[in-house]
Amino acid sequence: MSPKTLYDKIWDAHVAHEADDGTCLLYIDRHLVHEVTSPQAFEGLRMTGRSVRAPDKTIAVPDHNVPTTPGREDPKNMTEDSAIQVAALDKNAKDFGIHYYPVSDVRQGIVHIVGPEQGWTLPGMTVVCGDSHTATHGAFGALAHGIGTSEVEHVLATQTLIQKKSKNMKVEITGKLRPGVTAKDITLSVIGKTGTAGGTGYVIEYCGEAIRDLSMEGRMTVCNMAIEGGARAGLIAPDEKTFEYVNGRPHAPKGAQWEAALTWWKTLFSDEDAHWDQVITIKGEDIAPVVTWGTSPEDVLPITAVVPSADSFEGGKVGAAQRSLDYMGLTPGQKLSDIEIDTVFIGSCTNGRIEDLRAAAEILKGKKIAVKRAMIVPGSGLVRAQAEEEGLADIFKEAGFEWRLAGCSMCLAMNPDQLAPGERCAATSNRNFEGRQGRGGRTHLMSPAMAAAAAVTGKLTDVREMM
Amino acid sequence: MDKFEKLTGIAAPMPLVNIDTDMIIPKQFLKTIKRSGLGVNLFDEMRYDDNGDEIPDFVLNKPQYRDAEILVAGDNFGCGSSREHAPWALKDFGVKSVISTSFADIFYNNCFKNGILPIVLPKEAVDVLMKDAEKGSNARMTVDLESQMVTSSDGDSFPFELDSFKKHCLMNGLDDIGLTMEKASAIDAFEAQAEQARPWV
Ligand code: SF4
Repeated sequence: MSPKTLYDKIWDAHVAHEADDGTCLLYIDRHLVHEVTSPQAFEGLRMTGRSVRAPDKTIAVPDHNVPTTPGREDPKNMTEDSAIQVAALDKNAKDFGIHYYPVSDVRQGIVHIVGPEQGWTLPGMTVVCGDSHTATHGAFGALAHGIGTSEVEHVLATQTLIQKKSKNMKVEITGKLRPGVTAKDITLSVIGKTGTAGGTGYVIEYCGEAIRDLSMEGRMTVCNMAIEGGARAGLIAPDEKTFEYVNGRPHAPKGAQWEAALTWWKTLFSDEDAHWDQVITIKGEDIAPVVTWGTSPEDVLPITAVVPSADSFEGGKVGAAQRSLDYMGLTPGQKLSDIEIDTVFIGSCTNGRIEDLRAAAEILKGKKIAVKRAMIVPGSGLVRAQAEEEGLADIFKEAGFEWRLAGCSMCLAMNPDQLAPGERCAATSNRNFEGRQGRGGRTHLMSPAMAAAAAVTGKLTDVREMM
Repeated sequence: MDKFEKLTGIAAPMPLVNIDTDMIIPKQFLKTIKRSGLGVNLFDEMRYDDNGDEIPDFVLNKPQYRDAEILVAGDNFGCGSSREHAPWALKDFGVKSVISTSFADIFYNNCFKNGILPIVLPKEAVDVLMKDAEKGSNARMTVDLESQMVTSSDGDSFPFELDSFKKHCLMNGLDDIGLTMEKASAIDAFEAQAEQARPWV
């Protein structure tokens, strides 16, 4: 047999039909659904009298526009549009008999955090969701990517997706990370190197010692932002850490099934001589704690750098950089560590897991915030509960952080958590686009530890100085 | 999707050119979570006054056209934004076919996804059909997809062109999903095999 990549293996195991022109029907093992991109898809099923083909493989949770403040179980405490969308998801989940975690359920949270947490996401699976950050689930060695509303309907009805195969890219992070450098710094640095379109047409497999050394939480952070690099999906081969994370989760296999699954999962790695269409290698020790300065996730620099000038770029990027500098209100030559921050947001499907909160708490312990407002939005109700149990919540509250309920919150500002025009935010989320966190809002992306450090000093800060 | 074979129904004349999707369904109705239910707001600003009362002169408010299933329209129907809400609104109202000399590209394609047949005919043919439609509810027009022919109440027939794949999908009521469902046996077989190979999924 010819050698295969991990992506090849998962792909081959899921092709239900292949047409002469290479168009495939890819079978979908898990379909995650949220309130914003699904209403018309369910409506489509109703209009055509179709049912959900595999309700057992379909999991719904409201997350994008739900408030993260107490009392949200009462629709009166939501904006009308949000309440309607959430009510629609309630009804659709019930009518079509799919798994559902309503806002009143402690297991509710951001769909990409709930999936792995509940053991829905397993190695070797195909996972889709009407949301681009579905790439997160690739951390388990699952082929996971976002889809549009028509495709949501297509998967609901047929449990398949019409797909053509992508190319294979290997991103290897060799050696060890230096202290203060995290998964977020890896993933941002990769995008800084490849650009936001560098991954277009590819599925990326992340490998190398620095990736192997990451926890499952860290690996999810890395894969989560594969989409910001333009890739269809990001993958990490499963290993003992993966199996340990999965074992015992509510929907993970048990007993003999577990053993059978494990046997297959252990074959899920890229063969030695597999063909790669592109290979990128980065030394772990070369990665520094980074922040973004502009309005694209590729606008990444080490915290020790200065704001670049637009003419240090080439081609179309010159104009884009100037527009970014104007929007962000920054002056070339200014030290990044001199940039003052108004708001700190720690959360999102990129960095809303327990490990992220621990990293933030370590910096915040016994300190007070020096910014106007700071909030921690756990990625799920269970993350929140665990953080309370571990005493992290008290550290946050004593430092002056708002301690919120689970949801997407200020990652995309569809709920009331929004930046005001000109407000500058240190954020652990994944997109720094113009207006992403609120009209006129200015976003700097970074790791949870770096965001916590910024909260304490009121400026972008090199977390290594606080360790 | 509903199959489209042969339709005989009332045709409403809308000789206005450049009827855009904003006219078909204004933006304030896009916040919906549904594709259905938009029919009441079809042509909203032409159809209702500021108080929400019907404007009696508007063609679809006239008693003889309230049940129209065909629109005969001026050039360049459906221009403007890509909103699929436009065909959703037409469909919800009950319009199953639109006849014009030309359509905006995106709107044209969106129609097929929603079981609506847009028909392009030369100006002379559209003129004849427009006059026929103006006769009111007794003048029933026939659209035959199989033979690709529109016939007026007087028996004047006009053949029209159509992409064969689009015709196939419409005649069989197929959309992407419908097409995939034609391969249901392949999916069934895959599922059975996968259930054996990976029963934990
Ligand atoms: S946290 Fe942000 S990126 Fe993640 S699913 Fe929610 S809105 Fe999307």
